[in-house]
Amino acid sequence: MNRTGDDVRRRTRLLAVTTAVAVALPLAACASASGPPKLTWYINPDNGGQVEIAKRCTEAANGKYTIATEVLPRDAASQREQLARRLAAKDSSIDIMSLDPPFIPELAEPGFLAPIPDDVATKVTTDVVQGAIDGATWKNKLVTIPFWANTQLLWYRKSVAQQAGLDPSKDPVTWQQLMDAAKKENKYLGVQGAKAESLTVWINALIESAGGQIIKNPEASADDLQLGLESDAGRAAASIMGRIGREGLGGPGLPTADENATLTVFQGDKGSFMVNWPFVWSATQAAVSDGTLPKSLLDDIGWALYPQVDQGQKTRPPYGGINLGIGAFSNHVDLALDAAQCIVTPENQAYYFATNGNPPASTKAYDDPAVKKAFPMADVIRQSLEQAAPRPQTPYYNEVSTGLQETWHPPSSVNPDTTPKRSTDFITAVLRGEALL
Amino acid sequence: MTSATADVSHQVVDEKPAKVRRSDRARSEVRLGWLLAGPAFLVMVAVTVYPIIQAFFDSLYSYRLTAPADKHFVGLHNYQVVLTDSVWWKAFGVTTFITLVTVLVEVILGFALALVMHRAIKSFRGILRTVILVPYGIITVVSAFAWFYAFDINSGYINHWFDWVPGISPSLNWFAHQGTSLFVIMASEIWKTTPFISLLLLAGLAQVPGDLEEAAQVDGATWWQRMQRVVLPNMKAAIMVAVLFRALDAFRIFDNVFIMTNGANGTTVLSLLAYRTSIGRLEIGLGSAISVLLFLCVIGICFIAIKLFKVDLAAARGER
Repeated sequence: MNRTGDDVRRRTRLLAVTTAVAVALPLAACASASGPPKLTWYINPDNGGQVEIAKRCTEAANGKYTIATEVLPRDAASQREQLARRLAAKDSSIDIMSLDPPFIPELAEPGFLAPIPDDVATKVTTDVVQGAIDGATWKNKLVTIPFWANTQLLWYRKSVAQQAGLDPSKDPVTWQQLMDAAKKENKYLGVQGAKAESLTVWINALIESAGGQIIKNPEASADDLQLGLESDAGRAAASIMGRIGREGLGGPGLPTADENATLTVFQGDKGSFMVNWPFVWSATQAAVSDGTLPKSLLDDIGWALYPQVDQGQKTRPPYGGINLGIGAFSNHVDLALDAAQCIVTPENQAYYFATNGNPPASTKAYDDPAVKKAFPMADVIRQSLEQAAPRPQTPYYNEVSTGLQETWHPPSSVNPDTTPKRSTDFITAVLRGEALL
Repeated sequence: MTSATADVSHQVVDEKPAKVRRSDRARSEVRLGWLLAGPAFLVMVAVTVYPIIQAFFDSLYSYRLTAPADKHFVGLHNYQVVLTDSVWWKAFGVTTFITLVTVLVEVILGFALALVMHRAIKSFRGILRTVILVPYGIITVVSAFAWFYAFDINSGYINHWFDWVPGISPSLNWFAHQGTSLFVIMASEIWKTTPFISLLLLAGLAQVPGDLEEAAQVDGATWWQRMQRVVLPNMKAAIMVAVLFRALDAFRIFDNVFIMTNGANGTTVLSLLAYRTSIGRLEIGLGSAISVLLFLCVIGICFIAIKLFKVDLAAARGER
């Protein structure tokens, strides 16, 4: 009995050792793989443009390195969550990452981004629109490399504008005019009222266009941040958003409308005016060439600068886009810097704009004939980028943005007399750690 | 086995009555027991006990993932912030509401389905069970998206197919109001998990002795009386286990809410609040406090079910 037990035990032990070796061997094989260093570029989802650029830069590197891409989640907030968690755990697999500008201070402040050497900084900021440089800077130092810069335009159905007696391509229009036109023509305005980052984009653009700011001192610590919502600009923004919500000018889908939903409404029978990113042009073109939308729709679409809040006061359109950050814990920071400079060459930016609809940060790229052909509104985009206002640049951006979404949603509940104050009190309490979000 | 026991008692009586000494065989059996259960025990410690302790430890600190240098001990302050905040209590209310409604509807529907499966003709039984189980086999996130797109105001078909129902029209935005959002969230939850309950109840039904029911029928009991007096009392353990399991699951609801509304219009549930604080805001301290409180709520549900309603888990498994 005992002998048999020992035998069984011996056999079991042998099996365990064999299994362990069998598991460990392939792992060891993985570790010893050789070849040029592989840089991993965490990209936001697009229409394949970044994968193609990674391929081009791998070829251009001539065996010095290869670039592999990893896709981040679809929305900006989830992209930030994943990168912040990985960087906090000192993930060395993050060499290059595509970053949404508002989240850059949060990653730069604790040193999650590798510093950009001065010579590289000079090189990557020459001939770049100012908005993109501002977005890539934290505490007067360039911490990321501008890749593409986004901005929203006013898109309109020429037929509706004509009936309402407006010509946004000639004279700048105001939100007041758009709301009156939509009401008169019984059409829907395309604005993003969903409880998401796009709502903050809209609020920020309205407040900035009215001459205000969401945060007066963005570089301050959490306890000392001062909000600028309780101002004439804040009230003007609240009054526009509240009217659109209460009078149903955004349609019944407004409280859940993100950029794509807004585009769907704009393309339909009730479409009139819409504020949205330039991707809508390539998306509509693709739909027309697929045959899902009529060609006449494309001819009916016009574009202009973002609407004004007050007649005559210069509008401050939203600024977005993607900058490239270099992971501070990467094993190949130098190579990653090289690769990032290859990615942002004007040729690559022009290619990215023409094929994926994401406007370049480089002013040179706008002169590319392919860009002019694919985007007849390229000049308006460039002008819009020069005027664009970034969202508040603070390490606590997530709290500020989510706090705004909590208090300014749904748009029909927004009241110029109460919302700015309620919002200020709430965000201040959250920043001091006295309230849940 | 008998001889081993005799061995042990013999030794105990003979040698040192104060200290129990086990025979080689008993010791080797204990060792075998540990060898067999040990790995599972270690895994359980690693994946449940350790994170719970770590979460409790973290909840005593003010700790933001992107500001590791500012981490400092705050004692129970995080708990005070959470428990005095209306956001927590609103989420608690919504979560409790979802739990009560979904579990109640699921038990009634699940029992009906279990009866159908139990009574179905033998040749249909296999197919019937498969058909009923299909929703349960679908990943929750996938089913959440399916329901979301079905009810979506732009791409959904519900508004067009059911516009003859009073209150439903093409301009109804289901995810813009609290009531309608919760309705879709709960409907999706019920659709997906009723099969689970019906399977548990089917097992309970199978345990009810057929002769008892026949005897009641011979005595002239109506169908309702038989259900009330014979079937239900005999499957009480199975029902309570089904309710307990589902209540625990429903209280931790996350996927449906995350996909459909992400907490908009007063649909924030406790799991989403914990996620938003720990993962979204990266406030590990505050988020851990919420997680610990959520864990205590779940323990509370278990306690109520097992102590007050006297759920006997062993009986439901047929061990007693």
